[in-house]
Amino acid sequence: MIRFESVTKLYPSSARPALDGVTVDIEKGEFVFLVGQSGSGKSTFLRLVLKEEKPSRGQIWVAGKELSRLSHWKVPALRRQIGTVFQDFRLLPNKTVRENVAFALEVIGKPRHTIAQVVPEVLDLVGLAGKEDRMPDELSGGEQQRVAVARAFVNRPMILLADEPTGNLDPSTSVGIMRLLDRINRTGTTVVMATHDSHIVDSMRRRVIELEGGKVTRDQSRGVYGYAR
Amino acid sequence: MRWRFVFSEMMIGFRRNLSMTVATILTIWIALTGLGAAWLMHQQTNATKDYWFGKIQISVFLTKDVTQPERDAIRSQLQSLPQVDQVYYESKQEAWIHFKEQFKSVPQLVKNTDPSALPESYRVKLKDPKKFQIVASAVQDMPGVDQVAAEAQALKKIFRLLGGLQNVMLIVAAAVLLASVLLIFNNVRLAAFSRRRETGIMRLVGASDVYIQAPFILEITTAAFIGGVLASAAMFAIKALIVDHGLKSAFGGILTYIGWDAVWGTIPYLLLAGVLIAAVTAFGTLQRYLRV
Repeated sequence: MIRFESVTKLYPSSARPALDGVTVDIEKGEFVFLVGQSGSGKSTFLRLVLKEEKPSRGQIWVAGKELSRLSHWKVPALRRQIGTVFQDFRLLPNKTVRENVAFALEVIGKPRHTIAQVVPEVLDLVGLAGKEDRMPDELSGGEQQRVAVARAFVNRPMILLADEPTGNLDPSTSVGIMRLLDRINRTGTTVVMATHDSHIVDSMRRRVIELEGGKVTRDQSRGVYGYAR
Repeated sequence: MRWRFVFSEMMIGFRRNLSMTVATILTIWIALTGLGAAWLMHQQTNATKDYWFGKIQISVFLTKDVTQPERDAIRSQLQSLPQVDQVYYESKQEAWIHFKEQFKSVPQLVKNTDPSALPESYRVKLKDPKKFQIVASAVQDMPGVDQVAAEAQALKKIFRLLGGLQNVMLIVAAAVLLASVLLIFNNVRLAAFSRRRETGIMRLVGASDVYIQAPFILEITTAAFIGGVLASAAMFAIKALIVDHGLKSAFGGILTYIGWDAVWGTIPYLLLAGVLIAAVTAFGTLQRYLRV
């Protein structure tokens, strides 16, 4: 589903590569933790999958397509197959919960009746039924992140990328979000989650890819956050 | 394309940048009014030139006691000049008929004029109306010539006035046009910045460039269109006030004037120019400040 082959990413502002010869293969339906310190290349990895950045060297395949051969105007189609969740939720403050989720479908031109049908379903899935008309600032952090997950998942993407989704949440709320991501993973969606949270990684026992200074230092199925921690 | 969605996004943008949008409408209005006025002046100049240059350009009036050999000498002198196209003779009787025709609206003048007071003349048509000076100087000192009237000279003043007016309009239009392009650039940049959260999410969920950019471009072209409509209204005011009221009362019947059809003719161009300038500027700005 996602394949990196000797991918190196250099930013013009830095002499040290953000990613350095990374080769990784993530299968359809996998749940993968991407761990490592800040600046180890986790976010660069996710940005490369979204084609927000181009690799300096190497090749990347996402959903069967080699990204360097994907023309500019086909990038939106690629991104429709990928849902993304961030640490800071990125909700629109002047729209309700329902409108925030519907926005993701409106801007890709989905018909109204489809939106009217799909949005309540996904809000039910993430456990926000009954809170459709709340504004984001009336919700707790965990609930806001559920809205963000609903928005990422409402178009039923094949891949869900999560960049520190529990970074702003307390441990018990984080567990709820992880359960939600796990449930989404069980529907067949490939989930890649970048995280610092060792408790979550250790409790989930899923595949762990560790990055350090842009290199893969560990790739372990059913892994834990770190050996020596 | 879900136009309702794009339209509602556009209206949100309108409200958010109301003062900037009003400023855009006003500058586009002034710029297009300047352009349109210059174009009307140009057409007015052409209308006058067409009218005048199709006719006699020099009148050689003869003295009362002119003799037949003198007449013949003047005619052959005129016909020998390479600048001359054709020479017509106008007798006293013909002059009287033309005089009555020209001043039929002023019967008092016709009544008080003695038909024999009107001089006979040669009416000369030139190959190049601008060369009237050469022809005039060739005959004005010949015996039997009373005076040479080059009507084109009087017209030169009008042409200079119209030309000057046209240039002023063009300079004003160019300056204001530059101002409106810069304003649109800033307006779009500001709008893109204030909506970066929305556009960021749009990019992330896979909205196409068209969807992301359409609200911005529609917002600014609508403003430009309103400016174009105001400028079109200004064209009618210019025709009524400057052409019909100003020029006509100053120069009367010696000029032809542009009609309302000329005013209607400029309007599509003004609207198109406004919308194109706005759309192109907005599109260029978005390429730079709204990368996908």
